[in-house]
Amino acid sequence: MKYIAQFAIILIICYLGELIHNFLHIPIPGNVLGMVLLLILLLTGVVRLSMIEDVSNFMLKHLSFFFIPAGVGLITCFTVLEGKWTALFIISVVSTFIIAVVTGATVQLLIKRRQSVE
Amino acid sequence: MSEFVSQFVQSPAFGIGISLLTFSAGVQIYKRTGSPLMNPLVLSMLMIIALLLSFHISFDDYNNGGQFISFFLGPATVILAVPLYRKITLLKENVVPIIAGISIGSAAGIASIIVMCKMFGLDELLSVSMIPKSVTTPIGIEISNQLGGLPSVTMASIVFTGIAGVLLGPMICKLFRIEDKVALGVAIGTSSHALGTTKAVEIGETEGAMSGLAIGIAGLVTVFLAPLLAKLLL
Repeated sequence: MKYIAQFAIILIICYLGELIHNFLHIPIPGNVLGMVLLLILLLTGVVRLSMIEDVSNFMLKHLSFFFIPAGVGLITCFTVLEGKWTALFIISVVSTFIIAVVTGATVQLLIKRRQSVE
Repeated sequence: MSEFVSQFVQSPAFGIGISLLTFSAGVQIYKRTGSPLMNPLVLSMLMIIALLLSFHISFDDYNNGGQFISFFLGPATVILAVPLYRKITLLKENVVPIIAGISIGSAAGIASIIVMCKMFGLDELLSVSMIPKSVTTPIGIEISNQLGGLPSVTMASIVFTGIAGVLLGPMICKLFRIEDKVALGVAIGTSSHALGTTKAVEIGETEGAMSGLAIGIAGLVTVFLAPLLAKLLL
């Protein structure tokens, strides 16, 4: 029963995110709006962590399971990707490299600068 | 194929059933080998694809069950707010460096993807599908949909990215002397989402928390940056 109530709360917030997305026509996905909404509700204390904690922990622990059908959907674009797998692979790896270096260096530089000012 | 078999593969029980079976098999293999290459999601995906291809089962048949699993991607994104909430003080203390780093890093990433797609001569459909490849899957797929891309190509590049992050992330940070714990965690989470975060958690508590936090923020930042940069550069 505890789990059912917790999941119901999460579903309602998720649906509110979709509603906000549909009504305001903002270019942010409904589920992302739901995430921001939940963060606000937690910070303001409207939703307490204990009200959703067990289901959240369960879903976070098995998060990757829910992505299986989306991944299997790859099968429908085999023809589009014919001969382009190498490109896809190289672009994925190189851009990951670039993002990690640029992000890490920027954060480190800014933290060090702030610390030396203090 | 007999009618009984075709009825079976078309029932939702088939899609849900093989997803559960292959995923638990994947978890077992991952635990036994302990290798980041043996990712349960990747293993499960590959097993199901092999099964569908060898028995000539269509994706639509599988997805009769699969769609029920995909439904949970919505709630799965919403609950990413929970780790973010747990680490809110850590975020507040370093808010400017973290957000600046994630924004600049994500922008550099999107720009590099677009440039490389042009170098490899990929068409606009594929380029747009690859732009959100560094964010967490539910957000990435939403961005891909909104840009008019192919979600499954996005999914493929998100998985490649995650594995690259797990394998290369810590090495890259060492090579470029990113030693600050917050910076290292944010770098891994921004570049390789939840899969990379599993590695960051292994490195240390602060690194793991920061990497988890970066997943959500990088997702939000990319929601804004992706359409903008796509319009400018494509």
